Amino acid sequence: MIQDMLCAVLVILGTLFIVIAGIGILRMPDLFMRMSCTSKATTLGMGFIMAALAVRFPHLEIVTRALVITLFAFLTAPVAAHMIARAAYVSRVPLWKESVVDQLCNRYDRCTCTLESCPVVDDSMTGRFRDEPATEEPRRDEDAGV
Amino acid sequence: MTHFLDIAVPVAMIFLTATIFMAFVRLIKGPSFPDRVVALDIMTTVAMGLIGLYAMETGEAIFLDVALLLALVSFLGTVAFAYYVERRQLATGSSE
Repeated sequence: MIQDMLCAVLVILGTLFIVIAGIGILRMPDLFMRMSCTSKATTLGMGFIMAALAVRFPHLEIVTRALVITLFAFLTAPVAAHMIARAAYVSRVPLWKESVVDQLCNRYDRCTCTLESCPVVDDSMTGRFRDEPATEEPRRDEDAGV
Repeated sequence: MTHFLDIAVPVAMIFLTATIFMAFVRLIKGPSFPDRVVALDIMTTVAMGLIGLYAMETGEAIFLDVALLLALVSFLGTVAFAYYVERRQLATGSSE
């Protein structure tokens, strides 16, 4: 009885995370925000469902398979998300127009995929790409002392 | 009291199917190519959860092998798409 209740709670929790990720992939304005809200939440929800399966059927064959699936997903999801995000940034997928900070702007060489160590202070906070003309004044805190 | 899990698992399956449809909408109208790759990745992860729920419904452990295989193929596909996008950008210098 307590086992079934725990299993149901895990299933509901996993479904909740996955549905929130689904709403996020529809509603978020920007590729990077969409990735931020989906790649973690779906993996966690899937892990909750696998944990529910392991609680429901505590046999060795099911528990080991659920554990292996969860471990594999938790290992590979960040790698895959990082690779897509870097490829998207390299191929200049635009940020949301109201994004405030783009910390790779003017520091990341898209041709050689290297990051400069010395930050360019001037307009590194404008969220513009290097070859786009900056039409707005960069938002900066006047008392930042940089 | 009716068995609580008999209600929770089908309802969860309905919600997960709705999530697959949401990701499919993003796959159709995603403005850029990486959007579509992300939507495909989400769809496979949710499908793994759906397979887990179906295994819970039927009590068959063999479905979990399908989920494991789906995880492997999904990761390889995502990495291949990301590599393709990056190399295409570096080779041609054009986006999309």
